[in-house]
Amino acid sequence: MTIDQIQEQIVEEFSVFTDWMEKYTYLIELSKELQGFKEEFRINQNLIKGCQSQVWLQVEFKNGKIIFYADSDTVLTKGMIALLIRVLSNRTPEEIVNAKLWFVDKIGLTTHLSPTRSNGLISMIKQIKLYAIAYKTKYNI
Amino acid sequence: MIDIQAIRKDFPLLQQKIYNRPVVYFDNAATTQKPQIVINTINEYYQKYNSNIHRGVHFLSEKITEAYENARQIIKNYINASFQHEVIFTSGTTESINLVAFSFGEKYIKQDDEVIISQLEHHSNIVPWQMMCERKGAKIKVIPATYNGDLDIAALERLFSDKTKIVCVNHVSNSLGIINPIEKIIQISHSHNVPVLIDGAQGIQHQPVDVNKLDCDFYAFSGHKIYGPTGIGVLYGKEKWLNEMPPYKSGGNMIKTVTFEKTIYNDLPFKYEAGTSNFIGAIGLGAAIKYIENIGKQNIFDYEEMLLHYVSEKISKVPGIRIYGTSDNKICVISFLIENIHHFDTGIMLDKMDIAVRTGNHCNQPTMKFYGIEGTVRASLSFYNTIEEIDYFVESLLQVKKIFA
Repeated sequence: MTIDQIQEQIVEEFSVFTDWMEKYTYLIELSKELQGFKEEFRINQNLIKGCQSQVWLQVEFKNGKIIFYADSDTVLTKGMIALLIRVLSNRTPEEIVNAKLWFVDKIGLTTHLSPTRSNGLISMIKQIKLYAIAYKTKYNI
Repeated sequence: MIDIQAIRKDFPLLQQKIYNRPVVYFDNAATTQKPQIVINTINEYYQKYNSNIHRGVHFLSEKITEAYENARQIIKNYINASFQHEVIFTSGTTESINLVAFSFGEKYIKQDDEVIISQLEHHSNIVPWQMMCERKGAKIKVIPATYNGDLDIAALERLFSDKTKIVCVNHVSNSLGIINPIEKIIQISHSHNVPVLIDGAQGIQHQPVDVNKLDCDFYAFSGHKIYGPTGIGVLYGKEKWLNEMPPYKSGGNMIKTVTFEKTIYNDLPFKYEAGTSNFIGAIGLGAAIKYIENIGKQNIFDYEEMLLHYVSEKISKVPGIRIYGTSDNKICVISFLIENIHHFDTGIMLDKMDIAVRTGNHCNQPTMKFYGIEGTVRASLSFYNTIEEIDYFVESLLQVKKIFA
């Protein structure tokens, strides 16, 4: 599926929720499912420090695609990370560089990406894009 | 006694629904809401009397200068300063402390001298002193705190040396709400002939402040935390210091005569008020202080104490709650965590329930480090908050706990 198709899928999943409580409960569920972040990667080098919470981001480049692993100390941020990984991980650098993230706004969770929250999510997306640009340049793809 | 329903009507923002219900505003340590009279005063002065102070001979300029100086008088009386010119208008506590750190530092602090601050200071009562110490090659010494959030006063005694030049502590700690024994700190410091600066940002709106009785050398506070506008604050300083120290910023208004060879500084308080100050902000702050005086500050403080007892009792029943700053000497601030739920997660959930609290390290990283945590949730109440709001807040915490269980 393309990045846009995955975003559409997420929007559809969220469309069944009638209030914020259901949405947040779902985010909490997603946070529990987020796995694959190895303890050895929980190092300062991978840390994206927000004012409110912290995000760790680890990256792998395999078969022309970038795979992201991430974790956070807050449950809600972790839930958001799970969604971002679904959309952006295991993609070519080209796809990531060109990706427009519109699903967050559509599912009504923009506040999590507003700069005032300073929870590391915006910096995480920026970092993901930077990785993509770097790989794109490095391998000229 | 205060009429809480009448008081709430004075604050338009409290009537406003955020998501589903009127906001439960428990973030008063960050900034307080403004009563209608303050908003009206600001409007009125912009609409009818706006003109620069201390400049023109025309009607408007005289009128606004009079109102500005009247605000200074109101503040002088409120804190019981000896002279009106001991009240300097600044942009807020941060500027007030920066002013003293610079000007006092320039005049009195040299290589190897020492400045005493406490473990529980806001960054704005740490960093200005650090910058000054770096410039001068001086050192900072820290009064330790005990686990319940009280300062270890016995340890203070041992920190003094003949190199100690100033002691700078907060009246009330911003992240924990603990009231420091400033009378005692001032007394001890003065017995060593060392002046004291009190950071009153969290103090003046919840505690009586009489600078004469306290005998403090400097007292700094912000307008926006005492129901006044943002961008205005006060530095009280004893005349002697203010006269001896050099100004820290320069420009118009702060001078008497200027030639290209030499400038003679203006008299107090203007020596420290370079440029066009936030004069309508100062007038708004005057209106806020008048508003408090009309209700009666003791009435306010008594009511807030009742709220503190009520919220402390109620919140202690929430299973798994950990409160930081458990000293009895505190204002109505509860800094806490629930079990292992992250402060950010709690804050987001409370927001959705129309409760405004602060989460994070509260510009107070050394305090968080002291407790070995990243941050807390801080509920800070004021005299317009109610028992019903506390009940709803505690119910909401129980719900948060359930959601993250």
